[in-house]
Amino acid sequence: MEQLLNRIKDKIEIESLKKRDDLYFINVKEEHIIFLLSYLKEHEGFTHLAFLQAVDFQEYNLFQLTYMLYNYNIKVNLGIKVMIDREKAEMVSIHKLWNHAWQYQRELHELFGINFPNSPNVNESFVLEGWEDIPPMRRDFDTLKYSSETFYQRPGRSTNDPKEYMREKLYKNFVEPPKIRKEND
Amino acid sequence: MKKEDIEKIEEQMKLANEGLPEKERQLFSDARPTSVPPLNKYLEKFLNWGRAQSLWFLGFGTGCGAVELRPLMTSRFDISRYGIAGRPTPRQSGVFIIGGYASMKTVKRIVRSYEQMQGPKFVIALGSCTINGGMYYDSYNTINRIDHYIPVDVYIAGCMPRPEAIIAGFNKLKEKIKTGKADGMNKYAENFDWYKKNQKQIIKDWNMPDFNW
Repeated sequence: MEQLLNRIKDKIEIESLKKRDDLYFINVKEEHIIFLLSYLKEHEGFTHLAFLQAVDFQEYNLFQLTYMLYNYNIKVNLGIKVMIDREKAEMVSIHKLWNHAWQYQRELHELFGINFPNSPNVNESFVLEGWEDIPPMRRDFDTLKYSSETFYQRPGRSTNDPKEYMREKLYKNFVEPPKIRKEND
Repeated sequence: MKKEDIEKIEEQMKLANEGLPEKERQLFSDARPTSVPPLNKYLEKFLNWGRAQSLWFLGFGTGCGAVELRPLMTSRFDISRYGIAGRPTPRQSGVFIIGGYASMKTVKRIVRSYEQMQGPKFVIALGSCTINGGMYYDSYNTINRIDHYIPVDVYIAGCMPRPEAIIAGFNKLKEKIKTGKADGMNKYAENFDWYKKNQKQIIKDWNMPDFNW
């Protein structure tokens, strides 16, 4: 696996991270992604695309896409992470490499608002039929506010802090244990 | 009242079916549902007894609660000794079980299935998600109260309720039917506009008839 990473490093600029013996991650720039994916698929035996998912980094104004590949010969998972711009979220479609990727791309288009030009059926609704608000998995979307405005709340709902509630009901004579560790540690 | 005036009012009462394309509108009924008054006292009592003895529910798993319907049908909780059986289509069934949470996409199917069922029909709402949203109360996609979209006769609380609780719920429904209190279908017909308003508020792409028999 180290040899494989070195072989890639000869070609393009990447950062690699080892999580387990069978799980590695690679950070790559946006322009190299198609080259890297097709190289891994055609030459290194990473023939299986397990999933394609997105994470919203609102603080840095970025989306992180993770392409999870699997090699059946050496039994290694390889995640390829790429950061894309959040304002003008657009990514190259990979449905030519893996045919089933269009479904993931359709899901990301609906839930995160990432565009995949020329991906088949990308504008079809996935789970939200007739959605008019901003994509709901973006972190600036307030689900509680949307829920209370759209759906009807039944009055009388109350919540308890589990720790406080259990102490009150079960452990009334509970004494807080003394702190052994110092604050500065 | 003159005959013309009556015809005018009837014309106004017709459903618009605006969600459908112009071509398909004539294929669907534009009549509103009507409430069915009970027959004379003793006949209605006999009919209600009969209705309570054979409840056929629709096998439509709308949420995670539907997993509790499978053990009901197998030998341990054998539901058929109560005269209850699952049916594959809405046209054959009389009880609609809402199994847990209902997303906005599912509500569309629930409304359509409920309206296609033949009367007399009853609704059992299973799990706390149908009552007040449960653990999905702040979800963007899951409705909080099912009784604003279709009428509910019996609630079964729990997350999830055990099969014993569902049997107790069925017995409660039988009691209600025998005393003539399970009139969700009439409630739906009487408050039809209110239910439709609520449904259209969340189903933004309404591409089905307003009332489909």
